[in-house]
Order: sequence, then structure tokens, then C-alpha cells
Amino acid sequence: MTNDIIIIGGGHNGLACAAYLAKAGKRVTVLEAAEQLGGAAITREFAPGYQVSAGAHLLYMLDKNVRKELALESNGLAFSQSNMKTVALAEDGDHLVIANNSAQGAGITDADQVALQEYQRFMTRFASIIGRLHNRIPPRIATKNSSDLLTLAKTALDIRMLGRDDMREFLRIAGINIYDILQENFDHPLLKGALSMDGILGTNLGPRSNNSVFTTLHRLSGLQGINMPRGGLGAVSEALATVARKHGATIRTSAVVTRICMQGDRVTGVELQDGEEISASAVVSSADPRTTFMGLLGARNLEAGFVRRINNIRMRGTAAKLHLALDGLPAFKGLEAGLLGERILIAPDIEYVERAFNQVKYGQHSVHPVAEITLPSLHDDSLAPNGKHVLSAIIQYAPYDLKNGWASQKAAFTEQVIDLLEQYAPGIRQQIIHQEMLTPVDIEREFRISGGHWHHGELAIDQFLMLRPAPHSAQYLSPVDGLYLCGAGSHPGGGVMGSAGRNAASAILKATQKDERS
Amino acid sequence: MSGADNSGMIKAIDFSSKDHYRTKAFPSPFFTRQQAVNELQEWGRWADYLSPRAYYCSSMEYFAARNASAVFDLTPMSKYRISGPDALPCLNRLVTRQVEKIKPGRVGYCVWCTDAGQVIDDGTIFHLSEGEYRLCSQERHLDWLLTNTVGFDVTVSDETHMVAALALQGPTSCATLKAMGLEGVENMKPFDIEYFPFEESQLMVSRTGFTGDLGYELWVEPRYAEALWDRLFEAGKLRGIQAMGDEALAMLRVEAGFIQAGHDFMPAHATVRTTHTRSPFELGLSWLVDFDKPVFNGRKALLEEQARGHRYNLVKLDIDGNKPANDSFVYTTGKKLIGTVTSAIWSPSAKASIALASVKTPHGQSGEEFLVEIYYQKELKWSRVMARARVVSDVFFTPPRRRQTPPADF
Ligand SMILES: Cc1cc2nc3c(=O)[nH]c(=O)nc-3n(C[C@H](O)[C@H](O)[C@H](O)COP(=O)(O)OP(=O)(O)OC[C@H]3O[C@@H](n4cnc5c(N)ncnc54)[C@H](O)[C@@H]3O)c2cc1C
Repeated sequence: MTNDIIIIGGGHNGLACAAYLAKAGKRVTVLEAAEQLGGAAITREFAPGYQVSAGAHLLYMLDKNVRKELALESNGLAFSQSNMKTVALAEDGDHLVIANNSAQGAGITDADQVALQEYQRFMTRFASIIGRLHNRIPPRIATKNSSDLLTLAKTALDIRMLGRDDMREFLRIAGINIYDILQENFDHPLLKGALSMDGILGTNLGPRSNNSVFTTLHRLSGLQGINMPRGGLGAVSEALATVARKHGATIRTSAVVTRICMQGDRVTGVELQDGEEISASAVVSSADPRTTFMGLLGARNLEAGFVRRINNIRMRGTAAKLHLALDGLPAFKGLEAGLLGERILIAPDIEYVERAFNQVKYGQHSVHPVAEITLPSLHDDSLAPNGKHVLSAIIQYAPYDLKNGWASQKAAFTEQVIDLLEQYAPGIRQQIIHQEMLTPVDIEREFRISGGHWHHGELAIDQFLMLRPAPHSAQYLSPVDGLYLCGAGSHPGGGVMGSAGRNAASAILKATQKDERS
Repeated sequence: MSGADNSGMIKAIDFSSKDHYRTKAFPSPFFTRQQAVNELQEWGRWADYLSPRAYYCSSMEYFAARNASAVFDLTPMSKYRISGPDALPCLNRLVTRQVEKIKPGRVGYCVWCTDAGQVIDDGTIFHLSEGEYRLCSQERHLDWLLTNTVGFDVTVSDETHMVAALALQGPTSCATLKAMGLEGVENMKPFDIEYFPFEESQLMVSRTGFTGDLGYELWVEPRYAEALWDRLFEAGKLRGIQAMGDEALAMLRVEAGFIQAGHDFMPAHATVRTTHTRSPFELGLSWLVDFDKPVFNGRKALLEEQARGHRYNLVKLDIDGNKPANDSFVYTTGKKLIGTVTSAIWSPSAKASIALASVKTPHGQSGEEFLVEIYYQKELKWSRVMARARVVSDVFFTPPRRRQTPPADF
């Protein structure tokens, strides 16, 4: 029996796409290489009895439409924590706590408070322009197609509707760096350090790099409060899988696709590692664009200009992930116990963040890294044995292509990161029962993401919308008939959103209807 | 004169020197010999080489090629060696034609395109020996060729400077080579490649050229360049051999109906205005596009173009009068502007004003009549004629000796 559609990869976007396509009546098979579904939105054991969100660890961008249309809450998604605060750690224990447009502690001034409200106002406004694009199939620029023109017109209108002053400000800042914006608006070092993290997490950028305003806006664009799903981020993927199955999708794990098969100009199916061939009239890949085109389809089956574009996608991962199994709750200097379960940052000032970035330019990891720390077990006892705890932290910067390789330097880097934690939470080293460090190389291996990149390719103005992942494969299509993309490498990029999967499904339905008609 | 240093000496190309790139124009390995016969000292540039525009009189050089034989220095032409197990599939993905049809010891004409199906350049593929190829073209393409190697087990190396080459063209060319001692050269068919012992090395000969006439191209290591020139001129002395520059060649190739990058089409990689490029169909090269083979650069776009229709036709024009129609606009007889002349000459052999022109479709059918707007001056007095022109399908000059094997002896 041939399938209508094969989806490569059971990450959250592949599963969302499967759910939408199955819902629309397509026969869908999802093939996931790993033993477990979820891709980089997964909860898995990292030490006996300890579970962690091994990739993404906070949920803040989940597409409202996906959540509603697929009724994720009725299919298992629940939250252990919602609307989390951000704690910007100070070495002296006088921390700053940011919640709902206001900041407390660390001697924050009234002027900064006012500035923060204004900053949140205009950034949210600008972010909403980008946010509205998340649910639109990116338009082509040189086009007569009416829906493309409509999308372009709508975006132009969104910008005009900002009013004269905000429009001017939007056009001024959209291409510049977050360092300048934060310096213009704020005095408090902790505040600037913490806010700059929105621009640099998951990117190969420092606060002073161009494009870091854009990445900040992208992150804020989907922001609906920072939340923690019960059972970790894997719960999002599980809920999506449940919905997909309900609509009749077949989902297979431990199914490693080694080749996308072609005949003439068309894709005919896939081949698995064990030699099994599965035919389908369409193949949708949620693997990153380099894996999809270079690895699975092969450069020889593509025209050379396109190959060059795919090879030129910037996808150098810089985020590492640290998982600790702890004998008890760590004690952060000066931090009241009630705040331990929030989002905790080590980014004491914006110069510190920029200096952490300096080394990656030259192929080294940060000497003093920045960190986003969570203790998910605090509000979710399914993750660790009684009385024990799990710490999950994103550590930057740890470049994928570390000079002389990670093999010889990973242990020392891990020690350095634990030393850093020890500075803020003295005694934490003694509490460690197990530890796991995932460098971008490990992330590449475990999640099969080239370069271990958070977004399957740097999120930048020149790699966004109709340019994402590359011209001629935007709009979820590819140069090869019957091959589509639905992962984070496509518009609107990475983060646990589901938008790419949802938009891809509608593009595929449109395209296959056209095929059937002709 | 560019390329000369302060002492007035021309520096030879020296790749062992780190700053060889500082030299803007290199002398070719034939330079000492060229300079000796270059009465006009009119040097032009071809990529990084000095290339003579004319040696003593471009018309006389032209007539040498049509009536005796003429020697043109081909060394500046780009030459890329393409080898390795995947050389054939890699070339097949690069160019629009089926490369499999070019057997070892044969040469084939080809074009290659961007993904958008727009011509980057035209050139020749030399199948030197089983699986070993050389691609020759006017423009430089190393970057694009290396891009094309991704995913193939193939190596591309630039051997432009490692091979010295001369074209010997004209009715007495074969006899000259025989007199030089190339035994059996008369048996070579058009597009054949043969190897002959030369000095302590080897001379590669191909029966190819850019003149539409009987002719050969000769390829040696640069250190034997001067010896080759000397022996050729010695053997050709009584056969009317002359050196020939760019200007004469430009006339010969228009008579032969050959297109040239930068004149009849813009190389797509050097074109900013994307609508100013041409597809192979729009250059009259549909015979070079083979949709029976799988993926090749431009395939998708060219299939779409075929379905949608082409924008331009490249046509050969036979124009009334004797004024060359350089850069002229082309009109219908009803005076509607439909295109421009891309190359034009007064053809001494066809005794006609001839041109290549790019006109908008559907115009350009054989026999169709146009008006060509020609501006000319007599002693600074400018005049304009609207000359009648006809689209012709036959090449302006194509003598039987072009294909004859063995060619006539002299
Ligand atoms: C360290 C790190 C921390 C992050 N933190 C956050 C966070 O806190 N919050 C947030 O929102 N986002 C975060 N992200 C980003 C987010 O996790 C990703 O952008 C998102 O999960 C991508 O989802 P996806 O479905 O598009 O791709 P993936 O999750 O990468 O899924 C692709 C799937 O395809 C499978 N696959 C690949 N090749 C094959 C093959 N040949 N055969 C079969 N299957 C194959 C893979 O196994 C994988 O399961 C983080 C990312 C990283 C790397």
C-alpha cells in the first residue's frame, strides 16, 4: 500500500504537520529515527530515575492556533508552572526579579522601571508584526500571485499601523543590535544583561552583533508567558502524537531514513537504514535543510546554485545543555526558596555577555559562560525521585566547531560551568549525583540537527520568510516535486511553536490539491 | 603598456611568487615570438593575459585565415581539468547536453546555465582519455565549477596557465602540420583529438576552432611554446602562414555564426540585471538541451520556459548595403522595435553586410524581413539608413573543406 505522505522526523513540527494532514484525511506515516518521539522537544532519562527536557526546557512560543485547533490540553498537555518570572542573578546575592513588566530588587531605579514598561510596550508591538507572519505562508517577492501580494500588503500595513513615531523606530532598530537599544534605554547592569539574553539564546550572536534585535523580536513574537509543561517539554510532543494518531496517522520510531528516493523529477518515497523502501506520493522532511538536501536527497539530485545556497546556510550551534541530578535543592546565595523554580539567568551585565561571545569568534568556548537555569523537578515530582532534584541549564557559548574538538575539552568545560554555578550556589558541586553535558556536537548526534543548531539554521533577516531556509525552498516547498519541508529550518524558525508544521500542512494540502486537479 | 614593469620588461607568470596577483597582465608563453612579429604593438587583454588585437593589419590577417593559414594564441582561454570517478555525472549535471555522447578522443560544444536556466558561458569539452576531461571557455569559472563538485567524487583543477595553446586555421593548416612532421594528422575528423610526439614531450592536436573553416588547435606545455611557434612558422612559411589577432578572429567567428560571451549574450554570473541574460533556447542552442537526462543546472527552469515560451530568438541577418550594422536597433518592416544587433561585420567572404541579432519572439522566423537602423559617417558627416534585412538559416560561410577528411594538400 502506498502512503499519501511520509513525514521524516517525529519532532514536534513533524508531529504537528502529521496531525493536520491526518485531520485533513491524508494517509500519513511519520518516521522517527530515535527510539522516542519529540526531537529537541523531548523528555528523557539522563540518569537512572531522573528525567529532563533534554533539548528545549521552557515553553514560551507554542502557537495558539496549534494549541486550540489540535486541542492539546484535552490530549494530555498540562502545565506544572505558568507565567514564570526571570531571576537575574547577582554574584553578591542582590538579585533582580523581572515579572509582568516590572522589576524588583537590586536597587532598581524608578527611571529603569518606567523604561522597562516602555521597552516592553514597543518591543511587544514590533514583535507582533513578526508574530503575525508566523501563521502566514511566506510570500514570494517578485510575484503576481494574489495571496503572496496580500501577505506583503498586510505586512506593510502592519508596519504603517504602528503610527508615525513607532514606525520610524521600528525601521530604525529592526536591523541593529540589542546592545545599543538596551544601552539607550537602561542603566541597571543586571537588567541589561538579562534582557540581552532574549537576543542571543540559541544564536551565534553577541549582544553587539547585528541582527540581535531581530532575534529578540522573534523570541518575543510568540511569547505567551514562560511555561513549564508537566512532564517536561516531551509532553508537547506526546500530545501532538496523540492527536495525530487519533486522526489515523501511523507513527514509527527507530526508523532511520537514509535516503529520499527520486524518479525523474519527482520524489517517490524513502529508504530506511535496514533497507526497507516505503513509497509515497509526497515526502515531508522535518529534519534540518542540510540533512534533508545534502544528506538524504544528495547534492547530485539538485541543481548547483541551490546546493550552494543550502551549504551557505549559517548553522553553527553555540548552545550547550547541562543536566544535573542533585541530592537536594541547591542554595543560591541570597535567593529566597520561593524563586528557585523560576527562570534563573547568569548574565550579570551586558558587557559580560558580549565578552562571553568574544571567544566563539575564534573557535573557543566562553571562559565565563552565560546560563539559563531551571529546576523543573521543583514543581513536577514525575522527574526525580523523592527529595532529589533535576537542574537543566542552557550554557552559552560553546561553539559546534570548537578548535581542536570537543572530545578532549568537554570534561574541562563541564568543570568550568560547575565552577560558575558554585560561585552563585556554593555547595552545589557536592550535591551532584549525575551530570550530563550536551555540546552542540552531542546535540547534533542525538537530535540529528546539523551543527546542533537550535533553529536548524541561524535566524536572521537574510534567512527568514521567503529566504528561509533558502530561496526556492521557502513556502515549505523544495526544488524537487513532491518534497516538502516542515521543520524549524523553515519559516518561522525554531523554538517549540508548531507553526512550521502547521503552515507546511496547509501548503502541502494546497499543492497536492493542485496536483490532483492537473 | 600594462604588464610592463619599470624596466620595460614583461614579467613572465611566476606562481611560486606569493604576489603574482599583483601583475595585472601576463605575457603568454608565446610572447617573445608574438612581440617579434607584432608590428602594431596593439595589445589587448584577455582575462589576465596580454592578447594582440592585431599584428600588422586585421584584414590581411583575416584573409590569411581564409586563404592560407593564420595562427591565434589561445593560451588565455580558461582550461579546467575535470577528473575522477564522477567526472562524467558531474559534467552532465553542469552542462545542458548529454556528455556521454562525447567519446574519448573527441571534443563537444556545450553551454552551461544557472539554476534559472540562464547561460553562464559556452565552451568545449575535451574528452582527453577515458574519464579525463578538459573544459575550455572564454570566461573564468573555477568558483562555479568547484560549487558543482559538491556531492561528486571529482576533482577540478585550473590548468589555464599550465597549457600553452595555438589555433592554426585555414585551408593550408593541415598541410602545414604534415610538413611539421605530424604523421597521419590528415586523417583526423572534425572534433577529433590526437597526440603526437613533440620535443621531449607531447603535442595534443584537436581539429577544432572558432572560424568555421578547416583548422586545428595545438596544446603543449608552456616550456615548449616557443619551439612550437618556431616549427609551425617554419613549416608554414611557403603556405602563407601569418599570426592573427582578436580583430580578425572576431570577423571569422561572425561569418561562422558562432556566438561570443559579452557580445551575443551576457554571462549570467556577470550580469546584474537578471532580465538581461539569455537561455540556451534564446541563443538558438536548443539542440544542446537534452531533457532526457535527469537533473542538470537549469533543467527545471528550462522545462518551464519551454512550456511558457521563449522571450527572444537569436537570428542571422543578411543586410542590404555595405555598412556594418554594429549596435543597430532592429525593427519590423512596420517599424516596430523588436531587438538589437549583437555582432555585425562586413563579410569579405560572403560579400555582404551580416549580423547576429537578438529579437523578441515570435519574430525571427527564417525568411522574415526586418529593418535595421544603421548610423554611419563620411568624414564626420553622419547619416542614417533603414536597411532591409532578411533572417537566414544557413551559416554565412561554411566551405566544404571545413569537414573534408583528409583535407586538400598544399
Ligand atoms: C540546546 C537547545 C535548547 C533549546 N531550548 C529551547 C527552549 O527552551 N524553548 C524553546 O522553545 N526552544 C528551545 N530550543 C529550540 C527547539 O528545541 C527547536 O527549535 C525545536 O524543537 C525544533 O523542532 P522541530 O520539530 O522543527 O525539529 P527537531 O525537534 O529537530 O525534530 C526533527 C526530528 O527529525 C528526526 N530526524 C532527523 N533525521 C532523520 C532521519 N534521517 N530519519 C528519521 N528521522 C530523522 C530527528 O531525530 C528529530 O526527532 C532549544 C534547542 C536546543 C538545541
